[in-house]
Amino acid sequence: MIRFLDVVVRYPRAAAPAVDGVSFDAPEGTITAIVGPNGSGKSTLVRALLGRVALQRGTIEVDGEDAATLDRRALARRVAVVSQREEPAFPLRVADYIALGRHPHAHLWSAADPAGATAVARAIDDAEVRPFADRTTEELSGGEWQRVRIARALAQDARALVLDEPTTYLDIAHEMSAFELLDALARRGQAILVVSHQLNLVARFAHRVVLLHRGVVAAAGTPSDVMRGDVLERVYEWPLVVTRDPAVGAPALLPLRGRRVT
Amino acid sequence: MTQRRRHVLLYLVLAAATVLAALAGLGIGPVRLTPVDVWNALGGRGDVTAVAIMRDIRAPRVVLAGLVGAALAMSGAALQGTMRNPLAEPYLLGVSGGAAVGAVLAVAGGAPFGLVPLGAFAGAVAAVMLVLAIARAGGRRPDPRVLLMAGVVVGAFANAVIMIALASAPADSVRNALWWMMGSVAGATWGQIGWFAAYGVLSAGALLLFAPEIDVLALGDDAAAGLGVNVDRAGRRAYVIASLLAAATVAAAGLVGFVGLVVPHLVRTRAGSRHRAVIGAAGLAGATLVILADLVARTLRAPSELPLGAVTALGGVPFFLFQLRRFK
Repeated sequence: MIRFLDVVVRYPRAAAPAVDGVSFDAPEGTITAIVGPNGSGKSTLVRALLGRVALQRGTIEVDGEDAATLDRRALARRVAVVSQREEPAFPLRVADYIALGRHPHAHLWSAADPAGATAVARAIDDAEVRPFADRTTEELSGGEWQRVRIARALAQDARALVLDEPTTYLDIAHEMSAFELLDALARRGQAILVVSHQLNLVARFAHRVVLLHRGVVAAAGTPSDVMRGDVLERVYEWPLVVTRDPAVGAPALLPLRGRRVT
Repeated sequence: MTQRRRHVLLYLVLAAATVLAALAGLGIGPVRLTPVDVWNALGGRGDVTAVAIMRDIRAPRVVLAGLVGAALAMSGAALQGTMRNPLAEPYLLGVSGGAAVGAVLAVAGGAPFGLVPLGAFAGAVAAVMLVLAIARAGGRRPDPRVLLMAGVVVGAFANAVIMIALASAPADSVRNALWWMMGSVAGATWGQIGWFAAYGVLSAGALLLFAPEIDVLALGDDAAAGLGVNVDRAGRRAYVIASLLAAATVAAAGLVGFVGLVVPHLVRTRAGSRHRAVIGAAGLAGATLVILADLVARTLRAPSELPLGAVTALGGVPFFLFQLRRFK
């Protein structure tokens, strides 16, 4: 569904490319996770997909078409993005905010979007935000706001959903329910691409993991392929051990106390 | 009450307020007229003097005040959403400074006084374009914060030009130009209203058309891009349309301060979160307030008149302070 092919991005006046030759697939029906230390290029990939930074080389394909040549609205109908941070300039009623997810489907000169009301109602139910649909965005807790943002992306009715650190600020229950929601969406056939620092959650939910290190792919494959002590220790530059989660058998990461690995 | 009903009610209340303000503006003056007199005079019936006062003096004045107020408030509402900044308003973004420079330069250059509005309009448009150019020179895309700073810089530059003009041009003519800049709808004519209404309806219509884009822009650049909006182009478009709308008000009535800043805040919470509703409601509220401000300007110290811009600023400050309490 989303395919990165040899993508190189260099910010103006930066010494080294932020992303340097990254290739991977995020197919439908799976959760693909991008992990890596701060500054490894994860969010740059999301920005590149949105056309917010220019590619120096390579292409990003959506449904086999070059995202750079797709009309932005057409792209937004295929890929919904929950960016890392977002602060509306003025408080909005939650239901109105979620309805903005219909923007790529609506025409400026007509309000006609017959599928709109249904999509918004389904997004509200799927993200379980019905109880606060009538509040304003200012009256939400961090966890509620994050769910509301996911609901807006769901209302976009796109076959691919990209989330940049969706579980920041979330407690265990909200974190788990957010990933359970992504899992359900993937089972429905959506392509889920999630940037996350929560390696243990990624290990349990993601089907494919792409580990970035200084703009290049350090490892990619199933969680078991990627979550190896030697690989992670080198990339994160911190001593750690990888065990098996006794309950579910997924790899589990335990950073050790001590000193930086140099 | 559903949101839809609340909006309909809000619009009815605002429209009623505009009508009441217009009746007051038409009826009150050196010759007092009851609403019935006003109605008859507008239809050309009754006292000949009343008909003349109504058709030639008060009605154009009230209509122009209403149009100017609506345009400024709509422009401010659109700019605040686009810039993601509750302090954004057309005057802060270069319109007022550019207009003043244009007016003063027209006078200093020896142009007849009738060309002052044209000079003001040209100056405002030039300033809008200059602000945009400065903001774009900083980077590929005009960042709202840079745009605001560019507006402030152009404003400061404009002040300097005005001071130089004041020092070097005949004092009387410059003072006249500055006096005119303080805002007035006293000389309103139907011809003036005609062109302003045509221009205003087009620009305001464009703002309402693009209002859903402003909703999305107000979420921030990344979110807007994710929703399929070309952030740079949409932001620039809204800025240019809103600023040109405000520039036309300067040509029509000089500087009528604070309306573009305060009125959007007055209606924003009640009109809901969508900019189509906010911009529309701001238009009605802005029309009401400027009609009333003009009424105050010409009656408070009759027979002499106060500058309209001074009245709106005086009235706007307490409103704004009241509103500030609601910011956390």
